[in-house]
Order: sequence, then C-alpha cells, then structure tokens
Amino acid sequence: MALIDLANPTRFLVLAERVLPWLMAATLFAFAIGLTQSALAPDDYQQGATVKIMFLHVPSAWLGMFCWGLMSVAALGTLVWRHPLADVAAKAAAPIGAAFTFLCLFTGAMWGRPMWGTYWVWDARLTSELILLIMYFGVIALWRTVENPSDAARVVAIVTLVGAIDLPIIKFSVDWWNTLHQPESVFRMGGPTIDKSLLVPLFAMVIAFTLLFVTLHIAAMRNEILRRRVRGMLMLQARGQEA
Amino acid sequence: MRLVGRDIGCTRGGREVLAGVSFSVVAGEALAVTGRNGAGKTTLLRLIAGLLELAAGQLELTGGAADATLAEQVHYLGHRDGLKSALSVRENLEFWYAFLGGRDASAASGGPGGGILQTALEHVGLAALAALPAAYLSAGQRRRLAIARLLAAPRPVWLLDEPTAALDAASQKRLTELMRNHLAGGGIIVAATHGPLGLDRAAELRLGAA
Amino acid sequence: MMALRAILLRDMRLAVRVGGGALIGVLFFLVVVTLIPLAVGPNLVLLKRIGPAILWLGALLASLLALDRLFAADHEDGSLDLILMGSAPLELTVAAKGLAHWITTGLPLVVAVPVLGLLLDLDPLAIGAVALTLLVGTPAITFIGLIGAAIAVVLRRGGLLLPVLVLPLTVPVLIFGVSAAEAVIVGPASFATPFTILCALTLASLVIGPAAAAATLRHGLD
Repeated sequence: MALIDLANPTRFLVLAERVLPWLMAATLFAFAIGLTQSALAPDDYQQGATVKIMFLHVPSAWLGMFCWGLMSVAALGTLVWRHPLADVAAKAAAPIGAAFTFLCLFTGAMWGRPMWGTYWVWDARLTSELILLIMYFGVIALWRTVENPSDAARVVAIVTLVGAIDLPIIKFSVDWWNTLHQPESVFRMGGPTIDKSLLVPLFAMVIAFTLLFVTLHIAAMRNEILRRRVRGMLMLQARGQEA
Repeated sequence: MRLVGRDIGCTRGGREVLAGVSFSVVAGEALAVTGRNGAGKTTLLRLIAGLLELAAGQLELTGGAADATLAEQVHYLGHRDGLKSALSVRENLEFWYAFLGGRDASAASGGPGGGILQTALEHVGLAALAALPAAYLSAGQRRRLAIARLLAAPRPVWLLDEPTAALDAASQKRLTELMRNHLAGGGIIVAATHGPLGLDRAAELRLGAA
Repeated sequence: MMALRAILLRDMRLAVRVGGGALIGVLFFLVVVTLIPLAVGPNLVLLKRIGPAILWLGALLASLLALDRLFAADHEDGSLDLILMGSAPLELTVAAKGLAHWITTGLPLVVAVPVLGLLLDLDPLAIGAVALTLLVGTPAITFIGLIGAAIAVVLRRGGLLLPVLVLPLTVPVLIFGVSAAEAVIVGPASFATPFTILCALTLASLVIGPAAAAATLRHGLD
C-alpha cells in the first residue's frame, strides 16, 4: 500500500479500520509503561511528589503545539498541494489540540497552586499558551460557521498559518521574558538539565501521549469522512424528491 | 366575508406608490393584481398584511373574526420563504403552525399538529423529506415548504406575491389546485402576478399608469 | 401561549445549531478578560482589585455583540414579516426572543465567571459576588439591547451602531452591578442598596426593552 493511497478517502477508511485497533493497543501499552515509570520516579528534593504533574503537563504542552504544527502542514496541503484529505486532517485535529492545550493549562494551574501559591499568572509563557487555546477555539468555531466544511477549508487554512506564529513565541517566551514559569530544561542548547531519573519517565509519557494523539486523530478523520458521506447522501435524497 | 379596500394610498421613501386604489373581493373569489414592475403590487399586498401603513383610504375585512386584526387573518407569501436552514423541514413547519395558528394542537391526531402538518407536507410533496435540514432543499422545494405554511395554519385570506416564480410546471399545477381548494372552502386570494393564475374566475386589478 | 413557547424553543435551537454555537459569546468573554491584563500589566494585586470590573465589562461586551443578529437574521429570510403577523402580541414575542438570547448567551457567561475569575486571582467570595450580580444584571443587558437590535434592523445598519446606542443605556446596570460586587469583597459599603437597584433596573428593562423594540419594529420596517 503506497503512501499515495492515503489521499483517497475510501482507502483511508479501509486503512484506518485496520490500523486503529493496533494503535489503541499500543497507546494503552505505552501509557501502562509511562504511568508506571512516573509512579516509580523519585520525588524532587524541593517539590516532593508534586513534580510528577510534570509528566502530564509537559507532554500535553508539546502535543498541543505539535497539533497546531500538524494543522499548519495540513493548511499548506489545502492551499498549495490541494490534497483531498488535508482539510479533513485539519478539522479533525483542532478539537484534539484544544484538549491537550487545555490539559496543559489545567495541570499547570494545579501544579502552580501548591508550588507558587497561585493558579495563574500573566507571564509570557502561560499567556501565549492561553492565546493558543483561544485560537484553537476560534478555529473550531470557524469550522462550524459554514455549513459545508469544504468551503470553510481555505479560510481556516489561512488563519491556521497566521496563528502558527504563536508557536515559536511560546517556545522562546521563557527565554525572552522574565517569567515565573521555569526556563527551558529539555530542548535547549547544551542538552537537558533534568536528571535522567525524571527524563526517562518524561519521554515514556511523551511517547504515550503521541500515540494517543495519533489514535484520536485517525479516528476523528475517519468520523469526519463518514460525516461528509452522510451529508452527501442527504443531499442526494433531497434531489431525488424534486418532482 | 368580504375584503374591501377604498381609495388606498401609500407613500414609500417620499414617493407616492399607490393612490386611489379600490377593490372588493368576496369569499370564494380571487383577485389578480397586475401591472409592470414598480407599479406597487407588492406594496398593496404588504399594506393588506399590515406590514406597511396606509397614507390614505381604508382596508376592511367584513365578516371575519371579531377579535382579530386584519393582519392576524391573513397569510403572506412574499419573495422570501421564512425558513431557517438549520431546522428540519418538519421543524420549520411546526414552528409556523404553532406561531401563526395559535390553536391548541393536541386536538389533531398523532400529537401536536401531527395530522395537519403531515397533510400539509403531503399536499406539497415534501412528506418524504420531513426530517431533512432545510439547508439541503432546492429553491423550488423551499418555495413549496413556504406554501405548506399556508396549509398548516388556516387563515381566510391568502396574499400571494408572484407565487408561481421558482416553481416548475408540476408544482405550479399543484399550487393552482391548492388555491382552488382554498377558494372552494370560502377563502379569499389576492395575488400579485405577471401571468395568469390558472383559476377559472379571477377578477383583475391593474396598477400603475394605464 | 403556544406561539411564545414556539418562538422561544426555535430561537434556542437555532442559537445552539448555527455558526459558532452559543459558546462563541463565552469565547469572546475569555478574549476580553485576556486582553485587559495584557494591556494593564501582569500585576496580580492590581488585577485582583479590578477583577470584578473586568468581568463585568467582558460580560457586557460579550452579551451585546451577539445581539445584532437577533432581528437581522429573521429580517433577511422573511421571517420577521411573518412574526409581525402572528397572533401573539409583538411585545411578548420580542420578550420571548430576548429570553432565548439570555438563556443561550447570557447565562453561559455567568457560568464562565468562576474559571475566568481564577485567571484574575479572585477568591471564591469575589467570584460568587460577581456571578450573582451578573446573573441579575445580564438579563437587563439583553433586554435593553433589544432596543438597539430593533433599531439596527429598521435602519439596516449593523456594525458598531448597535453598541454605540445601547452601551450608554446599560451604564446604570454596569455601575450598580460592579458596586454591588465590590461591596461584598471590600465592604463596608452596603451590598443591599446597589443590589436592589440592580434588580429594579432588570425588572424595568424586562418591560421597557420589549415595548420599545416592538414599537420600533412596528413603525420602522417598510
């Protein structure tokens, strides 16, 4: 099965049906490993067990941003390459990305309250992440505004690409501004500064979250294709009653 | 029952659109309002519907319900259909039935308005599409749904503004049939039209300079 | 009355199904609450102090901006003509539309207050005070807004005309709403006084709003 087959909705549905059970199993397995690793990881000498919120918070942050990146690629697919499934991919991804971003903000607030005494501060990283969440909601609303999703696709694609500017802002915000949020500790020049005993569970959870995202995304794409088919059938039914 | 207009005048946007128009229609009769575009056909219909104010003259429905205004005893089928795309065919009709009929629905069989609505949809040939969102209907089908509104909530006077526009031949025949039934039941029809209505007897009121 | 119940349910159904759904108002509320700290600065002490005012302003703007489609949508598809020919009094019909708007737009704003209050570092008492005053005040905003919505459709002008007309009329509601909320938080000023005035304003708007809007629609449409 060549990669080009993914461009055909029907073949995509067939592929999705075959692949989804494996993906779901892999996701569950990865979470089992990741959660066990997180539970076994040592407590931080300053933060105690609370530090383990990091194992939920960091992966959701990364996936929230990764999802917008995926949507941006899909946007290019719609505008430049005219790929038939590009807008399906974009539409299916938006709610998932919003959920991960919300989870990031929520776990961050839960972490912040005992650690720094507040659920929220208006510092650069948190604010830019909140703006990302607002942009996700905006895009979801935009998809719903037009009755025919294909018509909305190009407008959403443009908005998505413009919004992608927020991603580097989020990433570098902790370096550019003085913030309460801690500075970069994993992806930075000079290597990570987190101890390996915490780094391993973190990456295990990242893999688990990524598998979760892929599973959810493929399922959502399948649902969207089916939804459009139903719509097409309803329109045929209406035409059939012209007389 | 008689719908009478005496010396009707109407000004819109500073321009006198109608002046000295008089007519009289009894129950069972139809009045075709003709004239070139801009002669005031739509204005006259909207005046009777109560959507515009009379500058001069009187309008009266004698023999109608004593406690209802003229507007409440009139159906207006204008250029727009009054349909919501997000609602289904049936939901649209149910709304107008409840809003314009104002009578307790549970009297009809099959629950609120069940009998009347089903019949109305059948008369316009949309019964099979009852659950379909109105967004998927063609222009002709939307027009037919608008006509179903007239059947769902009975009112004695029908004001039709170019009713045959957007309808194909089969639907036009169906509409003529419905108009005949309405007249036979003692109703009144005032229709603005460019062409013939297809009714056996229809008086004509010509508007605009002769 | 069957007719009023029908239009109430129809408008609520449409609010949920059409466009961004009823939650677009909440999203706008979130945007406003985000913008103000970005402009004013991240000083949490200051934000906590002006929090009730920020929330009231956000709710006010979010409530109003959704109103301009209230009559315009019906006007465009011809439903408004038919509504004017209904058997129910136009004032009650307009009030039913206002009620539908408040339930689908205003009430979600009140529900969003706890979450947004956390962003402004408000404590539970403050959040409760703001939520209560908004619960009483948002109907007033909606019903006063009916007048502007009617004018906007009669004059066929949308855009900023509606907010410009209506916002001055909502100033008393804003003032008494915020001061009632502040009275709970800061004390010792009386809570009962501004709160009862707020209630009175809302009750008055429930009558004046629909009456004025109906009169506008009746005489202004052509």
